[in-house]
Amino acid sequence: MAIELKMPALSPTMEEGTLARWLKMEGDEIAPGDIIAEIETDKATMEFEAIDDGVLGKIMVPEGTENVKVGTVIALLEGEGGAEAPAEAAPAPAPEPAPAPAAAPVRPAATVAKADPAIPEGTSFTSTSVREAVRDGMAEEMRRDPCVFVMGEEVAEYQGAYKVTQGLLDEFGSKRVIDTPITEYGFAGIGAGAAMGGLRPIVEFMTFNFAMQAIDHIINSAAKTNYMSGGQMRCPVVFRGPNGAASRVGAQHSQNYGPWYASVPGLIVIAPYDAADAKGLMKAAIRSEDPVVFLENELVYGRSFDVPDLDDYVLPIGKARIMREGKDVTIVSYSIGVGLALDAAAQLAEEGIDAEVIDLRTLRPLDKEAILTSLAKTNRLVIAEEGWPTCSIASEVMAICMEDGFDHLDAPVLRVCDEDVPLPYAANLEKLAIIDAPRIIAAVKKVCYRG
Amino acid sequence: MAKPAKTRTSSPSKSASDDLDFILHSLQDSHDKNLRYAASVKEMLHFYEQMLLIRRFEEKAGQLYGLGLIGGFCHLYIGQEAVAVGLQSALTEGLDSVITGYRDHGHMLAYGIDPNVIMAELTGRQAGISKGKGGSMHMFSTEHKFYGGHGIVGAQVALGGGLALAHKYNEDGGLCLAYFGDGAANQGQVYETFNMASLWNLPIVFVVENNQYAMGTAVRRSSAETEFHRRGTAFRIPGMKVNGMDVLEVRGAAEIAFKHVREGKGPVLMELNTYRYRGHSMSDPAKYRSREEVQDVREHKDPIEGLKKVLLEKGKTEDDLKAIDKAIRARVAESADFAETSQEPDAVELYTDVLVEEY
Repeated sequence: MAIELKMPALSPTMEEGTLARWLKMEGDEIAPGDIIAEIETDKATMEFEAIDDGVLGKIMVPEGTENVKVGTVIALLEGEGGAEAPAEAAPAPAPEPAPAPAAAPVRPAATVAKADPAIPEGTSFTSTSVREAVRDGMAEEMRRDPCVFVMGEEVAEYQGAYKVTQGLLDEFGSKRVIDTPITEYGFAGIGAGAAMGGLRPIVEFMTFNFAMQAIDHIINSAAKTNYMSGGQMRCPVVFRGPNGAASRVGAQHSQNYGPWYASVPGLIVIAPYDAADAKGLMKAAIRSEDPVVFLENELVYGRSFDVPDLDDYVLPIGKARIMREGKDVTIVSYSIGVGLALDAAAQLAEEGIDAEVIDLRTLRPLDKEAILTSLAKTNRLVIAEEGWPTCSIASEVMAICMEDGFDHLDAPVLRVCDEDVPLPYAANLEKLAIIDAPRIIAAVKKVCYRG
Repeated sequence: MAKPAKTRTSSPSKSASDDLDFILHSLQDSHDKNLRYAASVKEMLHFYEQMLLIRRFEEKAGQLYGLGLIGGFCHLYIGQEAVAVGLQSALTEGLDSVITGYRDHGHMLAYGIDPNVIMAELTGRQAGISKGKGGSMHMFSTEHKFYGGHGIVGAQVALGGGLALAHKYNEDGGLCLAYFGDGAANQGQVYETFNMASLWNLPIVFVVENNQYAMGTAVRRSSAETEFHRRGTAFRIPGMKVNGMDVLEVRGAAEIAFKHVREGKGPVLMELNTYRYRGHSMSDPAKYRSREEVQDVREHKDPIEGLKKVLLEKGKTEDDLKAIDKAIRARVAESADFAETSQEPDAVELYTDVLVEEY
C-alpha cells in the first residue's frame, strides 16, 4: 500500500514552502530517519525525515518548486511499513478553521448575587487592628481545616516581619507555620505545587514588591492551570502580604500591584481596607477553590476598626461595600484610598456636597453593578487610587462607566492617582507623589462643577 | 548498605551514615555495583510495549503535525523513551506524583494514560484530556497523579517541590518525581527548590533528562558543570549518573533512588543521559548537530533496539516482537483516528474553567 508523503508544516505558522531538493530518488530504499528532501520555509531550510520503511515511488513535485502548499502530496512511498495503519494512507483533511463567529459566544452570566452576611441585632463588636484581623482570619481557618498552613520569610520564629503572623507558630507548630529561606520564586512555586497537591497554602510575601521574583508562578502556574487542564487541576493558594507605598522606603519597595494581578483571568484579587473586611475576606480567600492574591497595606495594619464578634464571619468575594451613602457624587476606591476618600467626603459634606464612598474590596472580579448603581444615583464619579494612573483600576472603572454607564453621566469621570513617577525618597517629593484627600476633594468639586 | 567510608576525612568512630561525603556518593556506588534491574521476561515485554507505544505515538504526532492537524509547539520524546518507562515503572500507582515540562507525551503514556485523549488534546478537540484548552505542553491527569505538562522552563521543579511537601505534610508515604531538562537545569528556581527540598527533607526525586541539547545549545556551550548529577552537592543532595538509553539500568537506578527517598532521607538528584532524535520542537532546523551524530545514537544506543536484543536472547522470537509492534501501530492508528474525528470544543468552553467557583 502506498503512503502519500505530503508537504509538511514545519513551524506553527507555515502555510507553504519551497521544495528545495530531493535527496532520495525514485526507487531508493527508505529507512526511518532518512532525509528524503530539503524544504525551505521563510525562516530556515528544514530536512524532511522519513518515518516509515519503504521504497520511494513517484515524485509528484519536482525540486525547485516554490509555494508548495502544506498538505500537497509530494511523493509516494511504496512498502510494507504502515500497512496496518489505515489513517496514514488516507489522512483526514485538516479541519477548516472555524468561520469567525458573527459575535463571540455569550458569556454565561453569573447566577449568584451574594451579600454580606447579616449581623444579628445585639452582636457585640471588638476594636481590632487590621494586622490582628488578618491573623485572626488565618488562625480561625487553620483551626477549621488541617490542610491550611502558612509559609514565608520570617512568618514563624520572628512572628512576622510586620507581626501579621504573631502567635501562629505557638498555636500551630512548625509543620503548619513554615519559615522559608529568602527565595520568593522557589517558595511561591512550592506553595502553588502544594495547592495542586491538595493542600491550602497561605504564602506570605514580606511585601508584594518581592513577589515580582515570583510573579511567574502566581500567573503562569497558579492562575492558568485550571483552565489549561480543562478544570481538572485546581490551585487553591492564597498569596498575601503588604502592597503599595509604605513610608520613605523608595521606589523599589513602594508599588501597588493591584492592577497587575487584576488584569489576569484565573486569579481572584482582594484588597480590603478595614479590619472586618480584612478578616471576613481572608477567611473567604482561604476557602476559595481558586488562587487568590490578597493585597494588604502596611500603613493600614495599625489602624483599628470594629469587628463583629461572630463565630464565623465570612464575606463574599467580588462584592463592593458602600462605606458612606451620598446623593451628589460617587467616590470609588479600595485599600488605603478608602480612608482618604472618607476623609474627603467628610470635608465635602461641610461644603454641602454629599458624596457616596464605595470600597471595591475585590479587584477581580470587579463589582461592576455596585459602581453602575451608584453612578445611576449620583451621575458623577471620581476614582481614588493609591497607585499609578496608567493602566490602573481607575482606568478600568472609567472604561466601565463609558461602556455601561454613559447615559447616567452628568460630567466626565475623573481619576485621582499617584503621580506617574517611581516613588521618590525625599519626604517632600514623596508627599507630592502620593494621592491625598485634598486632591480627591478638588476632583469631586470639578465633576460637580463647583468651586 | 552502610560500609566504612574510604575517604580520609572520616574518623573511625563515626558510622558511614554520619559521613556526608559518603552519603553523597553512596547511591551512585550502589548503582555502579549492580547496573541493571533484574527484570522478568514479562516485565521486559511490558517495558518494550510501553517504549514502542511512546515511539509510535510520537511518530504519528509528528505526521499529524505535518498535516496541519496539530498546531503550535509540539516536542517529541523519540529517543528518550527508556527514561520515563524505567523510572515510572518503579513508582507506586495512585500514591506517587509525577510532574514534567513541555515534552510531556511520553511521561503520560508511561503512566498508562489513554493515548486517545492525549492525541485528541494534540489535535485540540473536546475529547482531549484538557478539553482541547491545554495542547501539547499543558496536559494533566489528577486521576493518575500526573501534574503536568508545564510550559515555563523549570517551573515544574518548584511545583514538584510543593507536591513533595504535600506528600510529607499528609504523611502518605508518597514521593514526587520531578523531571526537567539540561536546559532547565540552569534556571535559578531549580536551585532554590534544591535548597528547600534538602532543608525540609522532602520526598522528591529530581530527574535531569540530559538529552544533550537545550533547544539548539549543546550542554558544553551552556553549562559550566556538565555533570548535572553533581549539582546537588552544594545542597547535600546525593547524585546519580545513569545511562538513560537502557531501560533496565534506568529501572535499577530508580529502585535505589526511590528507596532512599521513601526511607525519609530526603531528595535525590538523578541525571539520565539520553538523546532526542528529533528536533527540539517540530520547527527545529537541527543545524546545531550532524546527521551522523544522530544516526550513530540510533544505530548503537537505541533503547528499544537494546531491549529487543535482550528479549531475543531470552527466547522471544522476531515474530513475537513483530506482533507487539503490529498491535501498537493499530493502537496508535486508533488514537489518531479518534483525535481526527472528535469534535472541536463547543464555543461555550471558551468561558468555562477560568475559575472554579462563581463569585
